[in-house]
Amino acid sequence: MRVAPKEIQTFREDFTYTNSKEAIQRFPFPFPEDDYRYSVNMEPHTPKGGEGSAYEHFLDIDEHYLSEMKERELVLQDMPHRCLAMDHMELASWDMIERCMTSLAEDYPQHFSLSRKGDQWTWENKLLHLYDTFIFGDSSTLPQPPLEYMGRQLQGDFALLDQRDNNLFLDAGIVTCPADWSLAFDAGMSFSEWHGPVPMAHSEGIFERALKYLTAIPVGKPVRRLNWTLTVNARMDTAPETYHDWGHERTTITADNVAEKVYLRVEMQVLDRMPRSNALMFSIRTYLMNLEDLVTNPEWAKRLHRVMKTLPQPLIDYKGLTRYHATVVDYLSQFDPVS
Amino acid sequence: MSSDLITVKVTAVEQVAPAIREFTLTPLTAELSAFSPGAHVVVEMPGANKTYKNAYSLMSDPGQPQAYKIAVRLQEQSRGGSRYMHEQVAVGDELVITPPANLFAPHWQASKHILIAGGVGITPFLSYLPEFKRRNTEFELHYLFRSHCTGAYRQQLATELADKFFSYDSDNHQRCDLSALFSQRLVGTHFYICGPQLLITAVCELAQQYGVPASAVHYEEFAAPQPGLPFEVELAGSGQQVPVGPEESMLEALEAAGVAVPNLCRGGVCGQCVCDVLAGEVDHRDNFLSSAEKAAGQTVMPCVSRAKGEKLVIDVPGCH
Repeated sequence: MRVAPKEIQTFREDFTYTNSKEAIQRFPFPFPEDDYRYSVNMEPHTPKGGEGSAYEHFLDIDEHYLSEMKERELVLQDMPHRCLAMDHMELASWDMIERCMTSLAEDYPQHFSLSRKGDQWTWENKLLHLYDTFIFGDSSTLPQPPLEYMGRQLQGDFALLDQRDNNLFLDAGIVTCPADWSLAFDAGMSFSEWHGPVPMAHSEGIFERALKYLTAIPVGKPVRRLNWTLTVNARMDTAPETYHDWGHERTTITADNVAEKVYLRVEMQVLDRMPRSNALMFSIRTYLMNLEDLVTNPEWAKRLHRVMKTLPQPLIDYKGLTRYHATVVDYLSQFDPVS
Repeated sequence: MSSDLITVKVTAVEQVAPAIREFTLTPLTAELSAFSPGAHVVVEMPGANKTYKNAYSLMSDPGQPQAYKIAVRLQEQSRGGSRYMHEQVAVGDELVITPPANLFAPHWQASKHILIAGGVGITPFLSYLPEFKRRNTEFELHYLFRSHCTGAYRQQLATELADKFFSYDSDNHQRCDLSALFSQRLVGTHFYICGPQLLITAVCELAQQYGVPASAVHYEEFAAPQPGLPFEVELAGSGQQVPVGPEESMLEALEAAGVAVPNLCRGGVCGQCVCDVLAGEVDHRDNFLSSAEKAAGQTVMPCVSRAKGEKLVIDVPGCH
């Protein structure tokens, strides 16, 4: 069954965010094995899991759509620089509009529609009550710059990577729900520069292999991978810019509240070649589920325990789990018969 | 890879210079995708004894992908590919191409772009021009050719580009003062060269002399694999032995033996087919590996490079 967008819930202050039974069932659980290990773990971004699956469509629109769009609006209101596009990324922004509008209109005709008469396009977003006619490629005909206009209608963060000199550069993006990274800080960096802080993987040559693979992604062959971390409370915006709001929450985890307050945060990352600009569109769709909901699936509970238990210390520190990792492992051990 | 291939129909063939033919390719079923300035496709040509696969730059307007256009120069020492295109392909024929890929995109942050084309090397720059116009980009196009065989499109370029266009017909004793391009450059200028290896080497040497950073000099030459002495390649792990004939490339021989090697350009540019070398000496012929990497001899680009001796032992990625 497909989940329909529900009423607006919050990702801050009173944290009214919840997952329905269906949302729990379709959660993209990221661990294929009991041990945690680094891998590039890329696969073609083609549908799997059937109707209602988080992998059913190119872009996943789920029950949290309205809540996430409201949260994005709040972040951009406070910090407009969470969306930026260098001048040379305008064509790539239009590539993104074309890719996203055509796939949304095709995959969710009940919510979105697109009609094209030559360069004159009309776009309707019934969920946000938008109805706009514009000239494709002419940014002056949109109410906002093209990347921001599209990004305000999509769940998840988006970056547009310029490709030159066999490398990728983070030259545009809309990033309001990052797992502790800053678009303003990373803007203009190359692939290896923005991955600089990642521990362990550099010496294993993972980034060289990944870069070679990414620069060769052809048009029409998007790939995906899952990444994960843990977040305290259902907080979408864990950016360095707002660290003062959420950093201290890591000290609040106890045996009594761990199940309710600690969320598994999964990012479905998709890389798709943009035809007109040769940029790569990098989308990061974030899913949040607390441990209480997660352990309703006994297999997930057992596996998450094993993964957490074997997680190397440098990764515990890098992911910001140092203060409450042990509490999480203790809590999960009750679901693992071998512990 | 084969499921990604696109079948197109040749809807026009035009002789655009004494040795250059232009082919218009239109899709049979689905629409062709838009492409980016500098993109190329690999065209498959089913010859009598083997299938030729050559990369050709797309030169139509990238924003108007109703049809793709390529131009092919008949190479005097053709291994078959360009001869096939010139002698076998006619209007109405079908060809199989890969989707566009791009190894030669403009650097949009440059303050000015200086394009240097040699002969049929004009083709990738033709797809730059519409986007330059849309963005109101600063550029100059310097076109070196021999009117007895190349020089396609020079009249229309002269009309369209006016004072941004400079042509040099060496069959009319016109020479380009390449040094002047560098000595009078503006800060932030990027240089792009597409043409024969001699031209690329000459321009790169001048750029270095004039202190232009290597990151501001870009070139693309799809080196057609040149023939050489036959040799044998052995796959590490499986121990499989694959003979490489004098007229075929190592990549072609491996593919014919059922060994899949990742590749994009098949001309020593993209770096996708790089393999580790475990034994044997390499005759490097690519534009991808640095001179230090070539000297170390631990990697090889099987699309164009060969063995110096009778045998190479290589490790093909993902093949054990």
